[in-house]
Amino acid sequence: MLTLDRATYDAIIAHAKRDHPDEACGVVAGPAGSDRPERLVEMVNAAGSPTFYEFDSTDLLNLYKEMDDRDEEPVVIYHSHTATEAYPSRTDIGLAMEPNAHYVLVSTREHGNNEGAEEFRSYRIVDGVVSEEVVTVVDSIPTPTD
Amino acid sequence: MSIEVRIPTILRTYTGGEKAVAGSGVSLAELIDDLEANHPGIKERLLEPKDDGDELRRFVNVYVNDEDVRFLGGLKAPLSDGDQIVVLPAVAGG
Repeated sequence: MLTLDRATYDAIIAHAKRDHPDEACGVVAGPAGSDRPERLVEMVNAAGSPTFYEFDSTDLLNLYKEMDDRDEEPVVIYHSHTATEAYPSRTDIGLAMEPNAHYVLVSTREHGNNEGAEEFRSYRIVDGVVSEEVVTVVDSIPTPTD
Repeated sequence: MSIEVRIPTILRTYTGGEKAVAGSGVSLAELIDDLEANHPGIKERLLEPKDDGDELRRFVNVYVNDEDVRFLGGLKAPLSDGDQIVVLPAVAGG
């Protein structure tokens, strides 16, 4: 299950709508091992394409260095599909290299840049196997009580 | 000679879970051979065979001192003692 706060959920959808008709992409970082998506980082789609996305290689390095410094990992990796359903494509599955991440797909095929409900779905992708999971949106993610 | 190589999560199965390992070589190609000697299987994840020999996989990024190795000569990129290498799989899809 992916638990996400409302503000982050809305921001991912807003990013997808803003970048439509190109695919939008980014991560939500969180403390390593916590499974808490806390810090949204919108990334530039270096491919600038309606059918492909790729983080710019320099941005990618900077992102991972920053996460390392903060003892974070990419809890969520998201991107949008602009003409197809919010389900991982063959390419998405083949290139999924973060076995611990929740892969979020948003489809903007219905409303494009405009208001309207969008498909927002989440998956685990491990060794080429896709498992969809429930997405729970909360006002704020509860602080761990330890 | 020692070069630090930072290993991404997905390849840590080859390094016994280590986030960083030491290697040596005067070029990236030599360094990868040295890594393979100590962490068998890792080379195949980094390189793919092409007509003119091995090439870095399209969706694997390697950085030498923060510079994408594709701008430094790829596998021929010269390395020296103390260099820092980072390996990161591309975050990409369709």
